[in-house]
Amino acid sequence: MQILKTLLLSTVMLFTLTGERLDGLEVGDKAVNFNLKNIDGSTVSLSTTKSVKGYILVFTCNTCPYSVLYEDRIIALHEKYADLGFPVIAIQPNDPQKSPGDSFTNMQKRAEEKAFPFPYLIDEAQEVTRTYGATNTPHVYILNKLSDDNYRVEYIGAIDNNSRNPQAASKHYVEEAVDNILLGKQISITSTKAIGCTIKWGN
Amino acid sequence: MKKFIILISLVAFFSCDSKNSSSQEIEVVKFEALEQLMNQDSDKIEVINFWATWCKPCIVELPYFQRLHEQNDNVNVTLISLDFADEFDKKVIPFVEENELTTDIMLLDNIDYNSWISKVDPSWSGAIPATLIINHKTGVRKFFEKEMEEGELEGIVEDLND
Repeated sequence: MQILKTLLLSTVMLFTLTGERLDGLEVGDKAVNFNLKNIDGSTVSLSTTKSVKGYILVFTCNTCPYSVLYEDRIIALHEKYADLGFPVIAIQPNDPQKSPGDSFTNMQKRAEEKAFPFPYLIDEAQEVTRTYGATNTPHVYILNKLSDDNYRVEYIGAIDNNSRNPQAASKHYVEEAVDNILLGKQISITSTKAIGCTIKWGN
Repeated sequence: MKKFIILISLVAFFSCDSKNSSSQEIEVVKFEALEQLMNQDSDKIEVINFWATWCKPCIVELPYFQRLHEQNDNVNVTLISLDFADEFDKKVIPFVEENELTTDIMLLDNIDYNSWISKVDPSWSGAIPATLIINHKTGVRKFFEKEMEEGELEGIVEDLND
């Protein structure tokens, strides 16, 4: 058993050291908690707000045109679902050296311009992004709180099926998923793909 | 004089036409056109790159695809633009002209991304740049969700030719 543990640990370390991306979380997996710096200087984790039923976790940034197209929709999701127990947490996954427009200062600026009503966290070490397996922006993970510090990933993917025009979207993946969780029903579409910007990894 | 002008225009028209038929195709297409390209019967190695004018890392690697197109007759390079269709004239065409791209270019007009991304390759998350390289004769496909380094494409094509 000890050998197995050591083997597992060294595999994890090897991946970490070589900078290879792990496969990330899948639907049904237990979500991994984090402590990340918010634009107001505070540290935010999944446990910061006790009263939630879950989170709409969005990996997004300032610079990706798709993220920008979805900004208002992310705000709308928070406004609709925060009071129902599913607030948004946004995480900026890009390395600011590689993508200066996504620096902490620029995140603060953008959040102020758009009056983001949710935390906008920077993943400086990019470890959370790697652990979750986010690949592009915007990339949504819906987390359902089962008990204290125990969250299950219920959905991974896009917000809806029309990046260009919210009114023209015929499938609202995130809303449908959260609505179903709130009703205690099965989610019909648990993962989707969308064209987006790559994560800008640091060296 | 009038006849002469007509003659000149005719010559100009036909010479233009013959030039176009042997060179670049730039068009807005539906997913079926991309499927045809991926599944066509051809002796050439198919190199399909997914990009957009707004995607900075994509733009960095486009010259590598252009050079491959110029230097290797055994390769068919197609750049699939994922810009929005209504920006084709305003953004894509000027970009192609400015950067003197002479490869085939298709703007894929289907933003219901989840309906087709996995059909290109099951491993593709949807992030761009991404590149699919196919040897139609052997049926071998290689998919890359990453930025290409200079010179890397040539090596991949060579490997796929073996």
